[in-house]
Amino acid sequence: MTEPRGSALGHRLAERDLTAAPDALNLLESSASADSADRQDLLKATSPAVLGHEPAGHVVGITGPPGAGKSTLISVLVRELRAADRSVAVIAVDPSSKRSGGSLLGDRARIDFDPADKNLLIRSMATGDRLGGLARPTRDAAAALSAAYDVVIVETVGVGQSETEIADIADTVCVVVQPASGDALQFIKSGIMEIPDVLVVTKADLGQIAQRARRDLHAALRSLGATKTSVVAVSSVPPASGISDLIDAVDAHGESVDLVTERAARRRAQALTEFAEEHGRKGMTALGGRRAAVKEVKTLDPTLDVPQMVAELLRRAES
Amino acid sequence: MSDHRLPKPDRPWMMRTYAGHSTAAKSNELYRGNLAKGQTGLSIAFDLPTQTGYDAGDELARGEVGKVGVPVAHRGDMKVLLDGIPLDQMNTSMTINATAAWLLGLYIVAAEEQGATEDQLQGTTQNDIIKEFLARGTYAFPPAPSMRLIADMVAYTVTNVPKWNPINICSYHLQEAGATPIQEIAYAMSNAIAVLDAVRDRVDESLMPQVFSRISFFVNAGVRFIEEHAKLRAMSILWDELGRERYGVTDDKLRRFRYGVQVNSLGLTEAQPENNVQRIVLETLAVTLGRDARARAIQLPAWNEALGLPRPWDQQWSLRIQQVMAFETDILDYPDIFEGSKVMDGLVAEMLEGSRAEMAVVAEHGGAVEAVPYMKAELVESHRARIRKIETGEMKVVGINDYRETEHSPLTDDSEGGILVVDSAVEAQQTEALVKWRSERDQAAVDAALAEVARVAETPDENIMPSTIAAARAGATTGEWSATLRNAFGEYRAPTGVGEAAGSFAGDEELEGLRDEVDRVSEAIGRRIRILVGKPGLDGHSNGAEQIAVRARDAGMDVVYEGIRLTPSQIAASAVQEGVHVIGLSILSGSHRELIPSVIGALKEAGAGDVPVVVGGIIPDQDVPELTAAGVAAVYTPKDYNLTEIISEIVALVAERNGVAQSA
Ligand code: B12
Ligand SMILES: Nc1nc2c(ncn2[C@@H]2O[C@H](COP(=O)(O)OP(=O)(O)O)[C@@H](O)[C@H]2O)c(=O)[nH]1
Ligand SMILES: [Mg+2]
Repeated sequence: MTEPRGSALGHRLAERDLTAAPDALNLLESSASADSADRQDLLKATSPAVLGHEPAGHVVGITGPPGAGKSTLISVLVRELRAADRSVAVIAVDPSSKRSGGSLLGDRARIDFDPADKNLLIRSMATGDRLGGLARPTRDAAAALSAAYDVVIVETVGVGQSETEIADIADTVCVVVQPASGDALQFIKSGIMEIPDVLVVTKADLGQIAQRARRDLHAALRSLGATKTSVVAVSSVPPASGISDLIDAVDAHGESVDLVTERAARRRAQALTEFAEEHGRKGMTALGGRRAAVKEVKTLDPTLDVPQMVAELLRRAES
Repeated sequence: MSDHRLPKPDRPWMMRTYAGHSTAAKSNELYRGNLAKGQTGLSIAFDLPTQTGYDAGDELARGEVGKVGVPVAHRGDMKVLLDGIPLDQMNTSMTINATAAWLLGLYIVAAEEQGATEDQLQGTTQNDIIKEFLARGTYAFPPAPSMRLIADMVAYTVTNVPKWNPINICSYHLQEAGATPIQEIAYAMSNAIAVLDAVRDRVDESLMPQVFSRISFFVNAGVRFIEEHAKLRAMSILWDELGRERYGVTDDKLRRFRYGVQVNSLGLTEAQPENNVQRIVLETLAVTLGRDARARAIQLPAWNEALGLPRPWDQQWSLRIQQVMAFETDILDYPDIFEGSKVMDGLVAEMLEGSRAEMAVVAEHGGAVEAVPYMKAELVESHRARIRKIETGEMKVVGINDYRETEHSPLTDDSEGGILVVDSAVEAQQTEALVKWRSERDQAAVDAALAEVARVAETPDENIMPSTIAAARAGATTGEWSATLRNAFGEYRAPTGVGEAAGSFAGDEELEGLRDEVDRVSEAIGRRIRILVGKPGLDGHSNGAEQIAVRARDAGMDVVYEGIRLTPSQIAASAVQEGVHVIGLSILSGSHRELIPSVIGALKEAGAGDVPVVVGGIIPDQDVPELTAAGVAAVYTPKDYNLTEIISEIVALVAERNGVAQSA
């Protein structure tokens, strides 16, 4: 008997068969109920529980206001990472039109790629009916791809809430701002924006204003006691500059965090959210109320993927 | 003497025909024929590889060599192209932009070989890169170094080739991309400011009046010819003002607004193509009727513009339109006939007000270079609005959305459908000829010359022209010169402008219905319908692809559009990575017979052979069976003007291929 589609794709990803990635993403994006079991199988096959360890790929979130230069920066980042022979998947999220439900997925146009390069994947996603900067399948996609690729980059839409959402799915969050925009400073000071792991000032080719922006942001972060955040100035137009500094900063952050604990905590939080969405007040009551549920979720096997955690919560609620 | 007559009729404008195809020798023959028919200036159309800086044989040149213009790879080609045409007397317009410095270099060397000196040369290099980013697509380098090349050429010619027009600021292409008259004026003037400011940094201040006087314009004139004439009067007023106020040009003569024109082609139709002749005649009135804003040079499209390339007979017909206008009518006998017209003054005032406001917006963005993404998005939006007016019938186009019943037209009866078809053997011949050229030249001299070009490119204070002319003389090729600069400057992809186009269709029931259908099919498939709109090859005609992309979005699809100039393998890789349900390819440059099968081949190789492909653009009827046989599911041409209908058919195709039952 042939293996069911979902687990087959999952296993191929786990074996770093990158040709499985587009189909895996098609499946993860599917909202058809007929695909639901396959979807869960795929996530299970790429979960730490099955792999025996956290997926090795580093999930890097790139967020910041539209026009700041995120996609252009990703283009040069990808080039540099590929030159270092690291495989890269990029998930670029664009907004859907509220009126029509359709979208123009424009980030891809800014990211250069060599069509013969099998170790690079660029995939666009539309936010659909979700508010914020990510699409419904983005989390699952990033998790699954991190089992196959060395680096998974997620570009958010870059408005409002997305700054916090990306922190729920990425190991390292880079906030990208352009010089003289001023927003970033205000957002950070007023607490609207969580303090990023890496702060990137783009368009350094514009000269002094970029250097000044970098210094101001650096000072602001220090005054808030955020001594761990590095501030990097980059130029993404030729001749590009600052890119290897940025990669160093991102790598250093990735190495400094306790991935096992952090990812498990993120999965648990997500499982709780999804459980609440799916089973409502009744479900939560069955778990003994919100506070009990928060405790309950901490007792779950940390290596499970999100759907399995949700299933486990449901079992406990029903028993 | 009366003041309603001129003492002596004016001299007519310069008459040109935009021409070139296949090879330098074939094009030379064509030029000599045109000159013998009374054409008074040359206008060279280069092929797309020459315009974008690739030699025949390069992967990116595939299918495009000699197609829509003449390939010119080195001084030998230029010599053949201009053989027997005395360059000390000829006035030559070259539609060349990213590689303008190089082609001017080749022209100077070809003239030198004829014994003509730089100070005798007259003509124009188009050399306007901002409109390439906005509308025309033959750019090669990023904005900053591109502007430097332009400034270098202006600075060089103003002293060395003083009769040359080093740049033609183009509003023509903006109208062809959907611009309103006000956008045309405002963006062209803002563009001129960006160029002049860049030159100001590179020449002695005392030369600025001279520089100002060498800047000419290339404009458009649509069929609403009264308004179009007002537009030109407004431009001349703004130009005068700019010279006086911003650049301190005190000599009136140096502030004259000089322009050449090609009349509107976007409005010329595939259906009942004979009607295009009336349109062309009326449009020509816009640029000839009023003496105060009359064109210096005119070139006209032909009746078969929307069918394909014109044959010599078609071009002759258009030249004769000019000759009848200039030599049979009394247009040239009078002073300005609009002086004192309330209507004209009112229209001009409106144009001035509107364009000043729009120029201010561009200035707020930091000037024309920085405002490219803004202007591009505005153009896509204007074009969306224009197409919408045709669809709803608010704007009548005879033969398209009204008066469609027609007798059979005998004009298209010949075996090729009334157009010029370029022999596809040309590409191989040119590639071989190039191999021979390379084997016979002094390679060490070429290497040294190109090394010098590279050095100067990295030295912003030096002018690129002397080393470029030396490389032309040494025998370097278009592709080599361009590769040297690509290496120094990097490359660039212009913004697509589609993300911002508004698209509010309140009350459009057809579209509402289509959205429901898109939702239904998407739900059945499990994912929202995803389309990839792709532009293979060097073709820069983006209008169709952009408008299809925007309408597909407005119909509720997820749309991947990466802009122009992609290789078949890039398109195939994107289709696979993005998991699209359908691919729509757009080609207008005539390379569909080579490139569409290549894309389909690349898709099969990438494992996406089952994704349906539809094609749109300038596809002659006689080519459709070949494309269908290659696996194309449907072909759309300009006759199919209703975008919602096109998208409906695509949705039906996706439904069928995915086994989704038709809606009740
Ligand atoms: C506008 C135009 C331009 C503009 C383009 C602006 C832009 N950004 O798009 C400008 C002025 C820049 C231009 C330049 C050139 N042009 Co021009 N241009 C035209 C013109 C007049 C109209 C095309 C157009 O935009 N129509 C409006 C759009 C909406 O219609 P459309 O693209 O045809 O799309 C419709 C269908 O075809 C279909 N469709 C199209 N694409 C797709 C995609 C999908 C997925 C689907 C489903 C449907 C679909 O649906 C649309 C709905 O009606 C045509 C002649 C004509 N009247 O058709 C010549 C024409 C295409 N140009 C031509 C040439 C030669 C050139 C140049 C190459 C000349 C030169 N040697 O330099 C240059 C260079 C351009 C380049 N970089 O490639 C030739 C091509 C000849 C050939 N095929 O053999 C034509 C046919 C004129 C001619 N007779 O000589 N051009
Ligand atoms: N000068 C300069 N412009 C840049 C740089 N990076 C991006 N841009 C430009 O900024 C604009 C927005 O870039 P994009 O990457 O699309 O931004 P995003 O919306 O954040 O993804 C584009 O016009 C880019 O060309 C840079 O480093 N220097
Ligand atoms: Mg982006």
